[in-house]
Amino acid sequence: MAGYFLRRLLDAIPTVLLVLTLVFIAMRILPGDPAIAALGDFATPEQLAAFRAKMGLDAPLWQQYFNFLWGVFTLDFGRSLMNNRPVLDLILYNLPFTIELTLMSVMFGVLAGVPLGVLAARHRNKAPDNAVRVFSLIGYAIPDFYLGALLLITFSLNLGWFPINGGGEGFADRIYHLILPALTLAFIKAAFLGRLTRTSLLEVLGRDYVRTAWAKGARENRVVYRHGLRNALLPLTTGLGLSTLAALSGSVAVELVFNRPGIGKLLISAIAERDYAVIQGGVVVFAMFVVLINLLMDLVYVIVDPRIQVK
Amino acid sequence: MMKGNVLEIRDLHVEFGPKDRAIQVLNGVSFDIPQGGAVGLVGESGSGKSVTSLATMRLIPSPPGRVTKGTITFNGTDLLALPLGKMPDIRGRDIAMIFQEPMSSLNPVMKIGDQIGEAIMLHENIDRRARRAKVIEMLKLVGIPNPEGRLDSYPHQFSGGMRQRVMIAMALLCRPKLLIADEPTTALDVTIQAQVLELMKDIRARLGTAILLISHDLGVVADLCDSVVVMYAGHVVEIGATEEIFDTPRHPYTRGLLASIPRLHGGEERLFQIPGSVPVPGTIKKGCPFYSRCGMRIDRCRTEMPPMFDFDGSQRAACWVTAAEAHAHVKEPAQ
Amino acid sequence: MSFAEQRPILTDEPDIPATPIAADTRLFDNIRHVIFGRISTIVASLAILLLILVALFADFIAPYDPLAQSILNVNKAPSWEHLLGTDGFGRDVLSRIIYGARNSLIFGLISPTLAALIGTTLGVVAGYFGGIVDRVVSRLIDLLLAFPELLLAIIIAAALGGGFWNIIAVLTIAYVPGFARVARAQTLAVKQEPYVEAAVAVGVRVPTIIRRHVVPNISAPIVVLMTLWVASAIRLEASLSFLGIGTQPPAPSWGNIIRDGLNNLFGTPWPIVGAGVAITCVVLAFNIIGDAIRDVLDPETA
Repeated sequence: MAGYFLRRLLDAIPTVLLVLTLVFIAMRILPGDPAIAALGDFATPEQLAAFRAKMGLDAPLWQQYFNFLWGVFTLDFGRSLMNNRPVLDLILYNLPFTIELTLMSVMFGVLAGVPLGVLAARHRNKAPDNAVRVFSLIGYAIPDFYLGALLLITFSLNLGWFPINGGGEGFADRIYHLILPALTLAFIKAAFLGRLTRTSLLEVLGRDYVRTAWAKGARENRVVYRHGLRNALLPLTTGLGLSTLAALSGSVAVELVFNRPGIGKLLISAIAERDYAVIQGGVVVFAMFVVLINLLMDLVYVIVDPRIQVK
Repeated sequence: MMKGNVLEIRDLHVEFGPKDRAIQVLNGVSFDIPQGGAVGLVGESGSGKSVTSLATMRLIPSPPGRVTKGTITFNGTDLLALPLGKMPDIRGRDIAMIFQEPMSSLNPVMKIGDQIGEAIMLHENIDRRARRAKVIEMLKLVGIPNPEGRLDSYPHQFSGGMRQRVMIAMALLCRPKLLIADEPTTALDVTIQAQVLELMKDIRARLGTAILLISHDLGVVADLCDSVVVMYAGHVVEIGATEEIFDTPRHPYTRGLLASIPRLHGGEERLFQIPGSVPVPGTIKKGCPFYSRCGMRIDRCRTEMPPMFDFDGSQRAACWVTAAEAHAHVKEPAQ
Repeated sequence: MSFAEQRPILTDEPDIPATPIAADTRLFDNIRHVIFGRISTIVASLAILLLILVALFADFIAPYDPLAQSILNVNKAPSWEHLLGTDGFGRDVLSRIIYGARNSLIFGLISPTLAALIGTTLGVVAGYFGGIVDRVVSRLIDLLLAFPELLLAIIIAAALGGGFWNIIAVLTIAYVPGFARVARAQTLAVKQEPYVEAAVAVGVRVPTIIRRHVVPNISAPIVVLMTLWVASAIRLEASLSFLGIGTQPPAPSWGNIIRDGLNNLFGTPWPIVGAGVAITCVVLAFNIIGDAIRDVLDPETA
């Protein structure tokens, strides 16, 4: 098992390299001159040249590429153009806020979505199923930033139950600041996971081995959970991965709505301020997150599905 | 009620689909299984064999299916009159079932030992160690080599034949009085088929378990069963002891089935084939369901469903023509 | 002329049985049947029709110029003059939402269409020719599909910046991998079909095979996918505009209306509520239609 994890980790290296290469291509080769982007259309040629020299943009492309890779591996993303702080510091400050938001919303989403899906599947085409269907249709349609704004207006602005902005100081305060943003994303995750659970469970409950379980004399709860849901975990693992990724991308807008610190907020502000080094750092962090979450899902698969060969 | 029958099915009717345009799948099926007996249920696919067995377990998916009439008496209790909540106590403990597809009938993410052990855990208060011992004993009985070492394996690590042995072990763990085997060998290689049949014979001899063997393969039935029930389009068309049925089939459909078995010393002539195919359930409203494919039909068959005539011995068949030839009559029901 | 150069009698237009286009028309018939068979889908269709009409005739419907500011009329609550009130610049919220509909529909239609064209081309080429091309394309598709569309769009937008065509490019790139994957899989399936093998055997040229056999067979799922992704594209554009990397103010987009509204939270909540309801309803309508289509394609999970 440990060997398998190690091998998967090694397998991820080319993926990481490929992702970094694509990021590099996006940042350096796509149309648009970062120097002009950073300094504006009215910068003098001298200013542009000085900027390029400072950012290493005057070197040959291949050298820039290796500098970029080396920078990523040594966690040296340069310094912010706005406040001259190391990009790594900015990332390290903001990262925990994004991680706690993503994890909390996925957790809420699973805790609400999976039971709803089980309920819907057990009462297929009856009232609970229809209620879950309506819930998931709304959850699929409502944009996270709109839902977040509604919650903010209702619970923070009008009722005053929750803080209006910020990430909070200290453990309890952080959790307090986290609740509304996490619920915003969790609502949408729950809609997705609820529907996925219903579909997967219904599919599994029609399988031959479920009939075997009934024939053994198992009662409904045991059939649904021990045999049904346990097998539905396979598609649900994929769903959990997708949910986590969606929560990660949703965190960008939610951080903006609730004015929370976080990688998304950092990246969006950097884009607005044309802070080239920070943009690059933020993009790399997000890209690495995607690779990491996909890797983790592969590993979880091995645990939930014994048929996957571990060698 | 006659003594000595573990299962008596009487006039069983099952339909599928919405009530206003329901399709009749079983039209009055009746037969008995004696204690420790082995009965073969034979017919082409679509004849209602599997529905009969699922009805006995009360596992007909509902919706769309439902039993509309009849009784299924197991050891003196009408199963159809029991509240559905009582059935889990009977399934697996008193009546066990194995299925056609050993490949898909085992839970792919549960260890073999746990899956088999679950059968006894559901019915008896028994500790882990004793359960394990029983599972090992049963795996030995069904001929799995090195059972201790296989408890932690998953189904995908077993071959098809081994999986069917596991299914049989699971079914027999609680020493049920009746084992329903729905096409247990159909999905297996011929050599493995023979082994599984041998195993079932052996188990019947050792444990005295009654067996209802569902098969479209008359050869398999002849090998294992004392008596045979032939089904066609939701009707029982012939019943009798195995030798009687094979020596003197009384229903034209049974004759057709027997004629289509390849014989070792058969001549060069083509294997017999019953023309046409099983009618779509619900399309036959009156008359004999076999009418459209029958080579012996008379006008009466088109309009009137023949009753079960009593022939010599225990044999009974529903055919106007052969009954008239053999001067068979409808006996009044006993008692 | 050597023997090898003699062209076979059956060259360009061999009489090979037509591809099952009939199956496709039946598919669309079924879809039509399902859409007009339920109340929910009829309402959803009407909502989409309304969106299209509003977007087309925004100039006639909108009561005010969406950009006209008025210092005297800021943060007004809804009234008969301004049905959804005014925003922090005194602009009429309803008019901005009406023009926002046009903005949404433009992006919602153009980017899935472009993505379908590019993605299908990539997928067909990869699937049909196989080899190194296929390996490279497949690897890229897999990699890009690992990214959520929004995150991919944010990353590309971070590199490209705003502007109409840049937004189109960002949205398009986000959907290309999905189309490419479907097109590739379908192409691989069609390639195995006897009529394609027959066409290859008698020497039909590759572009002809692709045009006559591959494209008709993969067009149905691609078109269905395109309609499913209209809603997704509308929401993605709104998200990007909300984040400030999509449609730039003062041009109205449902996303940047909500962004402005959030900055003016103490002034009036109406821009947020109005634009949010608009996005939600439109996406809901498209999703209901999309579910109905999916039920036709995959009845098992209904």
